[in-house]
Amino acid sequence: MNKITSLADLKKIKDQVQSKIKLRENSDVADTLVQIRVGMATCGIASGAKETMNFLIEETEHLAIDAVVTQTGCMGYCYAEPTIEVTLPGKEPMVFGHVDKVKAREIIDRYIIKGELVDGIIPASYKTIDEK
Amino acid sequence: MAEYNTQILICGGTGCKSAESDEIGNVFKDLLNEYGLDDDVQVVVTGCFGFCEKGPIVKMMPDKTFYVHVTPADAEEIIKEHVVKGRQVDRLLYKDPKTKKSVSDSQHMDFYKKQIRIALRNCGFIDPENIDEYIARDGYMALGKCLGEMTPEQVIDEIKKSGLRGRGGGGFPTGLKWEITAKVKGDQKYVVCNADEGDPGAFMDRSILEGDPHSVIESMAINGYCTGATKGLVYIRAEYPLAVARLKTAIKQAREYGLLGTDILGSGFDFDIEIRYGAGAFVCGEETALIHSMEGLRGEPTFKPPFPSESGYLGKPTNVNNVETYANIPVIINKGAEWFASIGTEKSKGTKVFALAGKINNVGLIEVPMGTTLREVIYDIGGGIKGGKKFKAVQTGGPSGGMLTNDFLDTPIDYDNLISAGSMMGSGGMIVMDEDDCMVAIAKFYLEFTLEESCGKCSPCRIGNKRLFEILERITEGKGEEGDIHKLRILSEVIKDTSLCGLGQTSPNPVLSSLSHFMDEYEAHIKDGRCPAGQCKALLKYEVVEEKCTGCTLCFRNCPVGAITGERRSVHYIDQSLCIKCGVCFEKCKFDAIVMV
Ligand SMILES: Cc1cc2nc3c(=O)[nH]c(=O)nc-3n(C[C@H](O)[C@H](O)[C@H](O)COP(=O)(O)O)c2cc1C
Ligand code: SF4
Repeated sequence: MNKITSLADLKKIKDQVQSKIKLRENSDVADTLVQIRVGMATCGIASGAKETMNFLIEETEHLAIDAVVTQTGCMGYCYAEPTIEVTLPGKEPMVFGHVDKVKAREIIDRYIIKGELVDGIIPASYKTIDEK
Repeated sequence: MAEYNTQILICGGTGCKSAESDEIGNVFKDLLNEYGLDDDVQVVVTGCFGFCEKGPIVKMMPDKTFYVHVTPADAEEIIKEHVVKGRQVDRLLYKDPKTKKSVSDSQHMDFYKKQIRIALRNCGFIDPENIDEYIARDGYMALGKCLGEMTPEQVIDEIKKSGLRGRGGGGFPTGLKWEITAKVKGDQKYVVCNADEGDPGAFMDRSILEGDPHSVIESMAINGYCTGATKGLVYIRAEYPLAVARLKTAIKQAREYGLLGTDILGSGFDFDIEIRYGAGAFVCGEETALIHSMEGLRGEPTFKPPFPSESGYLGKPTNVNNVETYANIPVIINKGAEWFASIGTEKSKGTKVFALAGKINNVGLIEVPMGTTLREVIYDIGGGIKGGKKFKAVQTGGPSGGMLTNDFLDTPIDYDNLISAGSMMGSGGMIVMDEDDCMVAIAKFYLEFTLEESCGKCSPCRIGNKRLFEILERITEGKGEEGDIHKLRILSEVIKDTSLCGLGQTSPNPVLSSLSHFMDEYEAHIKDGRCPAGQCKALLKYEVVEEKCTGCTLCFRNCPVGAITGERRSVHYIDQSLCIKCGVCFEKCKFDAIVMV
């Protein structure tokens, strides 16, 4: 990693990272790229988020689905752990709760592949700092 | 492959009278089938929308129309009108209480979103082990702005104007604390992050460190710039291994980018952070004890003043703030103090993160603007009480706080209101209790915790709490005496007045608060030898109602200690001397022939 030595430098890195993300979202690849985030805080892991994450990685690979699976922190829905967020190309992110392997299977087969919604969506019930 | 053009989302959160949601879903499915629309319209059951007061809620996709108070009888109209003709069903739309106008799509009804995520802005969004993702969401921009464009005084001024108060429990104005630390002279100063989080049931700070460690690192550096400190210390309990690991990774990455270290962003400012581990003692969350523990001494509080800002770690000026307090700072710098101060109440600005737990449907981590009412938190966000039971009280402030009852459901939550209601904000634990909870037993539970966590340095806390506990224990065992309540009161007051640190000064709060709201329960225990909630085993008795007993032998077969006798088809009996009051017979009996007395 190169050191960031000025505010201008920092802004440059920010732009670079942001455009990388945008590229992922907008370019041709984005037609197929699925982004999956798995809530991996202590509570999530305790409810099996690691198994869910491994399963998602293996299965999307196995089915040759172009997906990036990353970990993230607590989404706040302790009553519905493990939770994952799936962003299909051109769609708003969807959060699903209680995602064990069975549910993950269903999400891959029905939501990711066919675009159907499945039970267990958790509606976003909060504002972000940009909405306020 | 079915290509649905419409999706009907039905809220199936446990709070939303889930039975009814299921029924609504089935009615929708049947009707769609009848209308031959089941290939075009999909019915999906979702989690809680966080607006249970108006539930059950049905949201239509893709146009996002939001229907409230939907009953099974409404399904047909929604299908005929909305799905077939594309016309909204006006009578089911939410009516703005002020303008009385219908609001149709959820994009324009942000008001139902009771939460705002400031401190939790990145939790659940970014990969906490990837600094680039933090930077992409304005990470380290606030530090850059402070170092490059603002003087320390200007930064402090901004924090002061924002009205931010400490989230670790005390609610001390953060800007003022920074100013005091900045003004004290010292060759070396320290910035400390209090990540001890000892309040049972609380996990806000852990979640922030696990989900967004860089926000804390960035703010500590900003604090260093303001106060003139070049060293930061995070005091974290070793029981948080994942938070520790993520924090370590984050510190390493920040160093690699030169965002920690020397000459940060070419400004000439040096700052670095080390981690110090605590052994998980509640008292070590108290700032003076915390500092002693970091110094390698016993984790015992010392008298204030001097405050850490004047003389803290190794006798040097030390600014101690809580994790969540720090997590708010970058947003204040980036979005401005005015923006921050526009959220919340007059004297409590911004939001507060709560760990919602206990007898509530949506157990979880929530962040609400100051001024949100308990009712909104419990019934909308929390989805109401588990199993449809009756709400009894909520404990805020953990073992230092008090119980808030029905009467306070509509009190806006902020530092001052909670104190006048006999509780306190605390660090953000919120434990909900229902009709099955015995308030004497709850008070005893908290006292047992403080008793164990007391460092023992001063006698009112060490001995006084023990005596308090013994009285409570006696009461829950049915051995309460006349005058016990008076003793509890007097002793509580003395402990509060004479203890050295916050632990002892607040430890009798659960007792005092339960006494003031639930005196009837204390009296029932002491005078009638009865526990109204049926929790105190010593005061319980299970008995067979002879007229109802059919002699089915189910209880006899399930009793783990063989306390039940009786022949098949004749009345059974419970031998009270053998009964351990586990309640199995009570649960198993199909004829309500066993009662709790
Ligand atoms: C018994 C006791 C336990 C405390 N535990 C914590 C804690 O776990 N975390 C915390 O931030 N503050 C805790 N505090 C408050 C700290 O002493 C201190 O006020 C706080 O860390 C200051 O930060 P703030 O102004 O950002 O809230 C505790 C206080 C007492 C008396
Ligand atoms: S009040 Fe209790 S915890 Fe605090 S110093 Fe005294 S004995 Fe220790």
